[in-house]
Amino acid sequence: MISPILRKGASMSVTTRRRKFAVVALAAVTALGGLAACSKKDEEAKPGEIKLVVDHFGEFGYDELVKQYESTHPGIKVEIRKTAQLNDYRPLLVRYLATQKGAGDVVALEEGIITEFKANPANWIDLKPYVGDKRNDYLPWKYDIGVLADGRLMALPTDVGGLATCYRSDLFKAAGMPFEREKVSASWKTWADFIKVGQEYKTKSGGKALLDTVTTAFSAAMSQAGGDGFYDKDFNVVADKSATVKSAWDTAISLANAGITAKIRTWSPEWTAGFQQGTFAATLCPSWMLGIVEQNSGAANKGKWDVADVPGGGGNWGGSFLAVPTQSKHPKEAAELAAFLTNADSQVAAFKAKGPLPSNLKALDNSDFKAYKNAYFSDAPVGAIFGSGAKTLKPLVLGPKHQAVKERAFEPQLQAFEGGQVSAAKAWEDAIKDAKTQGAF
Amino acid sequence: MFSRWDIKYSPYLYVAPFFVLFGVFGLYPLLMTAYMSLTDWNLIGDRSFVGLENYSALLVDEYFWNAVRNTFAIFLIATVPQMFLALFLATLLNRPLRARTFWRMLIFVPNVTSLAAVAVVFGVFFRRDFGIVNYFIGLVGIDPISWRTEQWPSWIALATMIDWRWTGYNTLIFLAAMQAIPKDLYESAALDGAGRWRQFLSITLPGLRPTLFFVVIISTIGGWQLFTEPLIFNGGGGAILGGARREFQTVAMYMYEKAFDNLQFGYGSAVAFALFALIVIFSVLNYLLVRRSVRN
Repeated sequence: MISPILRKGASMSVTTRRRKFAVVALAAVTALGGLAACSKKDEEAKPGEIKLVVDHFGEFGYDELVKQYESTHPGIKVEIRKTAQLNDYRPLLVRYLATQKGAGDVVALEEGIITEFKANPANWIDLKPYVGDKRNDYLPWKYDIGVLADGRLMALPTDVGGLATCYRSDLFKAAGMPFEREKVSASWKTWADFIKVGQEYKTKSGGKALLDTVTTAFSAAMSQAGGDGFYDKDFNVVADKSATVKSAWDTAISLANAGITAKIRTWSPEWTAGFQQGTFAATLCPSWMLGIVEQNSGAANKGKWDVADVPGGGGNWGGSFLAVPTQSKHPKEAAELAAFLTNADSQVAAFKAKGPLPSNLKALDNSDFKAYKNAYFSDAPVGAIFGSGAKTLKPLVLGPKHQAVKERAFEPQLQAFEGGQVSAAKAWEDAIKDAKTQGAF
Repeated sequence: MFSRWDIKYSPYLYVAPFFVLFGVFGLYPLLMTAYMSLTDWNLIGDRSFVGLENYSALLVDEYFWNAVRNTFAIFLIATVPQMFLALFLATLLNRPLRARTFWRMLIFVPNVTSLAAVAVVFGVFFRRDFGIVNYFIGLVGIDPISWRTEQWPSWIALATMIDWRWTGYNTLIFLAAMQAIPKDLYESAALDGAGRWRQFLSITLPGLRPTLFFVVIISTIGGWQLFTEPLIFNGGGGAILGGARREFQTVAMYMYEKAFDNLQFGYGSAVAFALFALIVIFSVLNYLLVRRSVRN
């Protein structure tokens, strides 16, 4: 289109040339303008209507709750943006914060990453002026994680990660083993018992694995020990000295040595497929995992899963918070929505929908919650199972890069040992080395 | 007056959109990355100037060199067979064939499929449990291979994925170049008693020389930038590590890990520039290699 004009330029009349010139210039300007327009947000909101975006990962159970919120708050529309895995969610959030653009009005922060985000308080609004002091409403240690050093309230607690074991009662039954949840719970009081059950299952099922992978046991065992984990209270990486880390590591190694795991990496395609195919008959279940087990196993496996006690006692693995980024255009409305999603009734509803265990004290005392049975998990009384120990959970100290140290240093080395690629001593050595890099802050 | 300006300056205006866009989306990021590579830059926090510290740390970073080794190995395993296969297919397609256009289109289809879809589907093929590849090698008595945890199997799986997608593309480039070689050369060679193989070596290959340069350099650039396939192939938690002990982490993955996972944007930028240098070095080396091995 351009080259003929150049060639004929001299012979063309001035007016034609100018017109063509104008067309080209206009095209160039529109092209640039078009690029600029792409980034416009909020374009779906109608005049007079406020649109709030909620960003979260995994399953929070908010789908019905936001519909309810919309109906009681005319003029507010809520959109939920789910990212399946925390691993993919964090880089997105980082990008939104780094560019000061694109973040939801309410964003979920998992306990393993929140400390890192707390280090830059300017990114978050203080929720206190909008929702008041809520310390008495929640498990105190949980609430305090969301409070900044200067007393500002950065995030409201959603759930805690009380522990249980999800297991396939149909596979236990097929192997001719006790499959009722009381008997299963009684059969594995300790991790050593768990290994015995695993070996029995392996023999009776023709060589199949009981547990998905040692890393789920590692996470559970770490949260059972509590106290200093990868970091001490001053955020020094103490993974090499921590008794908690060492005991969880030893538990994981003993499980791998016993050969009762399917050696499948969590969150990988094999893991998802394993839920459907029965490659493993059990996985460690913090309560938020219930929704993920259900999602991965699919409707076809309804009633095959059940929930029993966890070997080795209670602990807290995971759980999240809701915060409002400073870049939100509607901080007041966003803070109110966050408060709504974390109030007692909403936490009970979310628990029923997808399993996240309430951190709100009234929700934990709610009779509806305590009596709740999960139909997908063979009507297991999950309210009673998870609720009973919730108030006495002893938390793990969470450093700024807790998640990174766990998933980038310790879990890969445990997987490598489990897969027979490396000796236990070398795996430990490399995990400690990687923990220093990944945990640097 | 105005018309003279018009003649003098409007050509610049016509080419301006490219340069403006290149400046915004090409040059600015490039310069910014160069600057960032000289800083300690937390993506969501503080930043400070550190000079060449990132580069000196990079030189002794074992995981960086591990990534370089992996990327180079995957590039070799993928590209060498791919070049021969593409040459072979192009030669076939250059002969009189029934439904020629159909075959030519068919061979290009893998290239227009979505990269993510390719990686997902191959990821399923190369599963350890219930994977079709393990099923077939099981038929000939080989034990199931854990494609994602062992070095050579993972490299081979990735190379397969790359070749499936890019062989057709290179075939078409070769084919186009072959058709530009005058037919009478072949006729006179045939009259002189040269067989097909002789004709290929003495006429086709030298005729393809400039195209070979192009294809090899494009493959070098693509190979060094390998990112999406290994990332999706690995999948799950810690996918960016490329295997539990970084068996198949590429340089681009390491760059991403440093910049977006560890939030060390300065260090990540230094990795990006090191990657750029590697691409330049290997493009030149490959250029020399092709120039030596295929004579005019």
